[in-house]
Amino acid sequence: MYAYDELDRTLINERVSEFRDQVKRRLSGELTEDEFKMLRLQNGVYLQLHAYMFRVAIPYGTLSSKQLRRLAHVARRYDRGYGHFTTRQNIQFNWIKLSELPDALAELAEVGIHAMQTSGNNMRNVTSDQWAGVAPGEVEDPRIWSEILRQHTTLHPEFSFLPRKFKIAITASEHDRAAIKVHDIGLRLHKNADGETGFEVLVGGGLGRTPFIAKTIKPYVAGRDILSYVEAILRVYNQYGRRDNIYKARIKILVHELGIEKFAREVEEEWKQMGHGALTLDHSVIEEVRSRFSYPPYEKLPHMPDELKQAAHDPLFERWRKNSVAPHKVQGYSIVTLSLKPVGGPPGDATADQMDAVADLADRYSFGEIRVGHEQNLALPHVAKRDLPQLWKALDRIGLATPNVNLVTDIIACPGLDYCSLANARSIPIAQELTRRFANHDTAEMIGRLHINISGCINACGHHHVGHIGILGVEKNGEEFYQITIGGRADENAQMGALIGPAVPYAEVADVIEDIVEAYLALRDRPEELFVDTVKRLGVEPFKERVYATR
Amino acid sequence: MTSPLQQKIKITGPSMVTANRTSDGIVIYRTAKQGWSASLSDAAIVRTSDEARALLAEANADDVGAVGAYIAPVELKDGGEIKPGNLRERIRSKGLTIDLLPA
Repeated sequence: MYAYDELDRTLINERVSEFRDQVKRRLSGELTEDEFKMLRLQNGVYLQLHAYMFRVAIPYGTLSSKQLRRLAHVARRYDRGYGHFTTRQNIQFNWIKLSELPDALAELAEVGIHAMQTSGNNMRNVTSDQWAGVAPGEVEDPRIWSEILRQHTTLHPEFSFLPRKFKIAITASEHDRAAIKVHDIGLRLHKNADGETGFEVLVGGGLGRTPFIAKTIKPYVAGRDILSYVEAILRVYNQYGRRDNIYKARIKILVHELGIEKFAREVEEEWKQMGHGALTLDHSVIEEVRSRFSYPPYEKLPHMPDELKQAAHDPLFERWRKNSVAPHKVQGYSIVTLSLKPVGGPPGDATADQMDAVADLADRYSFGEIRVGHEQNLALPHVAKRDLPQLWKALDRIGLATPNVNLVTDIIACPGLDYCSLANARSIPIAQELTRRFANHDTAEMIGRLHINISGCINACGHHHVGHIGILGVEKNGEEFYQITIGGRADENAQMGALIGPAVPYAEVADVIEDIVEAYLALRDRPEELFVDTVKRLGVEPFKERVYATR
Repeated sequence: MTSPLQQKIKITGPSMVTANRTSDGIVIYRTAKQGWSASLSDAAIVRTSDEARALLAEANADDVGAVGAYIAPVELKDGGEIKPGNLRERIRSKGLTIDLLPA
């Protein structure tokens, strides 16, 4: 966990007071909506179809049990008893009243939670690997660097009015769980030939209307220089990024139009001019931030405790353990993913009661810590293996032991037209129907790892471009249609999926996905060949033939 | 001279003006009595682009009470019942189409 200092607490509290005054002036008519809109957006407040939506940041996906209980309280007291975890380590409340928002913010501020810069044309929540600090083989905890960047860019005047929103993600593992290649800046911690820790810097990734995979702009930037180098990128973007056309305003367009070489030269020039001044991170500064992250007092535990050996005889436990429990850097401990994808449920939603129960379980089994991943699931990062059987039973009682992590029903979906004012089509009911179609766990296991991502519009909040199967809702003559892509992926080998053919109507989507999966099962050369690898080997054509032969 | 914004308003059938209430964000409809109602059945119906433009201008003038006013299509049933004219408005009028709990 990261412990906020007095400066952080003061900043958050001052922000609440400021926003309280702004809301008061808006409700009295002193501020017009035109004047107020940017102010509310800078505090994570959108206007959606039915109500205001309030987006709260969960920096680098780390929450304490106390913070999660407070989120549950906000869901219960100010909303309708549930929240929606997003693909960028935020939580959204869908029914909040503007008049009550300052009180909700004040209650969150008491536990160090805020909504600053969760919307607007500024630096958004800096995200990271949800297994940061506990994943085996990690170079070092990437959250230290996420926090340094968070501190530097929060309310930074130069970055408060960027051409468009700006998203950074950081990973420190070989396997990228933070989707860094589809971010404006992606940072990969690694060691250079001399064994020093630094970053590969990628730039210009993103999804939405014009998707791009990020390109490496510099293979190695030393840790002490990362702040100045990121700032150099932002300065070039701030200067040359387009403000005349919202659809061309993201840095990915600038990088694409200039070309990565020219863009890199501009950044290099800017970086040189900045010199090695105040932005060069002193070792003591890095260590100060590092010291504010606390790690649990792990016990010395056996690799395979008796409790686990015994529980392994229960096939239901084993099924859950196989896809929900991951290795931990400390012997005798595990990382446990809590699926927020129950069959028939809205992906990523958790009720206030579930949040409270997870907070209690985190206290009992995970040193009071919870993680939030971009796949819209939660995780308990420090569970002793001996406690896994008890934890599983407890999770099952609250509906959070669905054994489908990374399987076909572990679907990422945006809120879609049920909530979102930008959406063209619904996402959640498509996801719900697909989870019912693939509800049989034996079938899902036989299919293997398969990520379905659904977006209700081209803005791609459901990251459909990088789903193994991507589903994009579009509107045709007032009806919902869905374009299907296959072969996308969001990991270290990130790539965009390829369109298989014409969009299909709402009622046919689940049938089409079943056809694609059946085609895969018939085409894979062995059970271990993942869907995405079969698509890579064979291309789109056989799947296209299967889907459209009878349509 | 007509402004470019005004020229963009063109309706092809019966329409209403809808917005969200500023204080709590709930869906509201502009009424014929120059007020707002949470019920679609109270909405003022316009049939020409000029009428739509006028109703929208009136709605926009109430910047304190409502936010994000726009014109949306409706269907008029026999007997005068007003129905939303597209899926987006059906969802705004009737609420979520999904089960919130697993089923």
